[in-house]
Amino acid sequence: MIKAILIFNNHGKPRLSKFYQPYSEDTQQQIIRETFHLVSKRDENVCNFLEGGLLIGGSDNKLIYRHYATLYFVFCVDSSESELGILDLIQVFVETLDKCFENVCELDLIFHVDKVHNILAKMVMGGMVLETNMNEIVTQIDAQNKLEKSEAGLAGAPARAVSAVKNMNLPEIPRNINIGDISIKVPNLPSFK
Amino acid sequence: MVVPSLKLQDLIEEIRGAKTQAQEREVIQKECAHIRASFRDGDPLHRHRQLAKLLYVHMLGYPAHFGQMECLKLIASPRFTDKRVGYLGAMLLLDERQDAHLLITNSIKNDLSQGIQAVQGLALCTLSTVGSAEMCRDLATEVEKLLLQPSSYVRKKAVLTAVHMIRKVPELSNIFLPPCAQLLHERHHGILLGTITLIMELCERSPAALKHFRKVVPQLVQILRTLVTTGYSVEHSVSGVSDPFLQVQILRLLRILGQNHEESSETMNDLLAQVATNTDTSRNAGNAVLFETVLTIMDIRAAAGLRVLAVNILGRFLLNNDRNIRYVALTSLLRMVQSDHSAVQRHRPTVVECLREPDASLSRRALELSLALVNSSNVRAMTQELQSFLESCPPDLRADCASGILLAAERFAPTKRWHIDTILRVLTTAGTHVRDDAVANLTQLIGGAQELHAYSVRRLYSALADDISQQPLVQVAAWCIGEYGDLLLEGGCEETEPLQVEEEKVLALLEKVLQSHMSLPATRGYALTALMKLSTRLRGDNKAAILEKMPLVERGGTQDEEAKESKEAQLSEAALVATEPQASKLLDLLDLLDGTSGAAQPPPAPEPSPGGTLVHLLDLPCASPAPASIPNLRVFEREGLQLNLSFVRPPGTPALLLITVTAINTSGADVTHFVCQAAVPKSFQLQLQAPSGDTVPAQGGLPVTQLLRILNPNKAPLRLKLRLTYNHFGQSVQEIFEVNNLPVETWQ
Repeated sequence: MIKAILIFNNHGKPRLSKFYQPYSEDTQQQIIRETFHLVSKRDENVCNFLEGGLLIGGSDNKLIYRHYATLYFVFCVDSSESELGILDLIQVFVETLDKCFENVCELDLIFHVDKVHNILAKMVMGGMVLETNMNEIVTQIDAQNKLEKSEAGLAGAPARAVSAVKNMNLPEIPRNINIGDISIKVPNLPSFK
Repeated sequence: MVVPSLKLQDLIEEIRGAKTQAQEREVIQKECAHIRASFRDGDPLHRHRQLAKLLYVHMLGYPAHFGQMECLKLIASPRFTDKRVGYLGAMLLLDERQDAHLLITNSIKNDLSQGIQAVQGLALCTLSTVGSAEMCRDLATEVEKLLLQPSSYVRKKAVLTAVHMIRKVPELSNIFLPPCAQLLHERHHGILLGTITLIMELCERSPAALKHFRKVVPQLVQILRTLVTTGYSVEHSVSGVSDPFLQVQILRLLRILGQNHEESSETMNDLLAQVATNTDTSRNAGNAVLFETVLTIMDIRAAAGLRVLAVNILGRFLLNNDRNIRYVALTSLLRMVQSDHSAVQRHRPTVVECLREPDASLSRRALELSLALVNSSNVRAMTQELQSFLESCPPDLRADCASGILLAAERFAPTKRWHIDTILRVLTTAGTHVRDDAVANLTQLIGGAQELHAYSVRRLYSALADDISQQPLVQVAAWCIGEYGDLLLEGGCEETEPLQVEEEKVLALLEKVLQSHMSLPATRGYALTALMKLSTRLRGDNKAAILEKMPLVERGGTQDEEAKESKEAQLSEAALVATEPQASKLLDLLDLLDGTSGAAQPPPAPEPSPGGTLVHLLDLPCASPAPASIPNLRVFEREGLQLNLSFVRPPGTPALLLITVTAINTSGADVTHFVCQAAVPKSFQLQLQAPSGDTVPAQGGLPVTQLLRILNPNKAPLRLKLRLTYNHFGQSVQEIFEVNNLPVETWQ
């Protein structure tokens, strides 16, 4: 079972953190820090496997990580998972992100972390591998994005109109518009509340 | 004017713009205030946006619990956009320890039964991530219905949710077992993957289920065969291997089903051989499948030839350039070292090579495997390798390596001498990392090997002369020198280089140990005992030298019981034994404090048996007290005899108080047979050191001083009772009083 999936950058700033077992908020942050500490110490040409830190369950669990440019992708797993299999899973995950975001980079993950959560939820559920077929995942994501857009499009229109008008700052409209020798006096419009 | 709420992206932009941690905190706190206000106002339109922002700052570590109820509202909304963020929030904020957790049950129930796939998917996802046992019980039938629903998207999620439910509520296995057979006929890989996971979970929980599912072994074999033999399929291929994830899962299930079962194992034999020989190993995916195959072969009742094939594959992988492969190979070999010991032994040289890896993960695995491979025929060579590893290995592996070597030496030592040498080398290299019983073991070993006494003591003496910092080594060496010092001085021993050792040198070395700041109290005890033993064993004019060292006894003396018992007669003239007779008198004294401190108890400090309490006190540094300026106190005066107390609280040890009792006599007659005793409440520990004398000369002559050490771990208010007995002006005087006005600095 996968216990946690963490993405953080080279300075330890979390870009995504998903835990599949209940940990308190404090413990979660400590786990992120501890994992970053362990993983950042590793050289470039060593293997991608590490014993888990104490907080995540010690030597019964492993940290399987991949380093892509400025980001670390770390999967904390217990002994029932295949290490090489998880390595492949990380690769499939990143490739899926690449397809969804078109040449994904760290900024995409930063500004669209909720989308990344959604993509991840299509691949890993409840700590178990759900789907690894990239095409299928991308198709589902597209369908759901369409669904959201359609909701926002029609249903959202009246609300957007109202908020646009509410936000118009009427008192600031100039009382007198002088363009050349055309002088227009603007009538006093009642303010919208 | 309503300020439009920030979009998530804008907030992120702002946070990134913050230059310092404090600035970031400010931005976030400001935004959280807005979000809170927005939640209070109940704006349904932007709720999802507000929650999304809250979840973002939650990831960065800021509190977000006030968003919990909003998750519930969003989940209950009809809009997909709202539900999506709401369910994500539930997964992040509403695990089963939260009170609001159960409230999502109803929403999930509704969402599971209405028809939109995407919504059902969300509900299942949340249920499988944070569903508590209670929720699982409530929703089991809903999920069961979804196992057969047409949409493959929903079905695969339902299957995995079932796995989670069984983990939480094992009785639910009964509901989810029957559909498995049909699910195995699915063509959709996602459903198959989930089904196999489900079957594994069921089999692991119940032997009956395991028996039941043995029936499907042929079917599984067929599925795997199709995967392996079918040509390149774009859909599921990872680096040219067809759906390696599904292959690995099937292999794992086959392993569970084939264990200890001849018939099933036979059914899968051919297929396993086929996979083992035909898988493309140029990429990681192929290797993942191959490893799983090897593990399965080793666990089931495979044909002998197949087993050999498997171990050879592992051996090949040990030599692979890719470190990941080597790591997994080492892990796999470790799994089978018990069952196939001789097969794994064949790869011992390669494993030992891996000890020299700079990669800490690999060297750790190699260490575990090496230790498991030590047996009576290779123990010398392996110990040699492990010793050189010990010298250079990373610090977190030192303790494991040291204890591993010692254990192996104990089990397989070819000769006693080799055993002693090995332990000695480990103590020299990594003395601080060995377990506590290493010292006891070694002393027993040496003690039992009479023919090696001379050899041992000479080696230990040389080692000690080189380095007195490794405590276990020093302790053993001191003990040995004490026991066999005569052998040491006697002269040549055939097995070591001729070493001329003089008494002076030996004593000087022991004194050096005693004085060294690196020596623990236990070590000092050993050294002291050794000195005392040597006083009987060595010839020559040593008594004077030994007696000279008596003042040191104040610090470490009463600790070693053995020493006192055997040497008491000889040393009775020394001040050492002063503590013994005091014990009974102090009992009386403490009776006096009974009323105030509860039941009578023997004084903790000068007890005949050295308890842990003494060690406690002696653990504390004996360094000269640093000035902590507590005012002195005059506690007693009678006919010219004055008693003053001065207090010191050494800065490094907050529970310790040192009191110096000074008795000055300004009268015209000497005070003789002066004895001062003290008692403290039972939560304290008291040690009286020997006084400087028992005569307080007249006319303000040299005062008698005595040091009291009081340990007050609970920082309880200090109470002190003193009892004085002496002769003055021809009369014997006894005074008992409690010290009043003790300054608070003495105990706070």
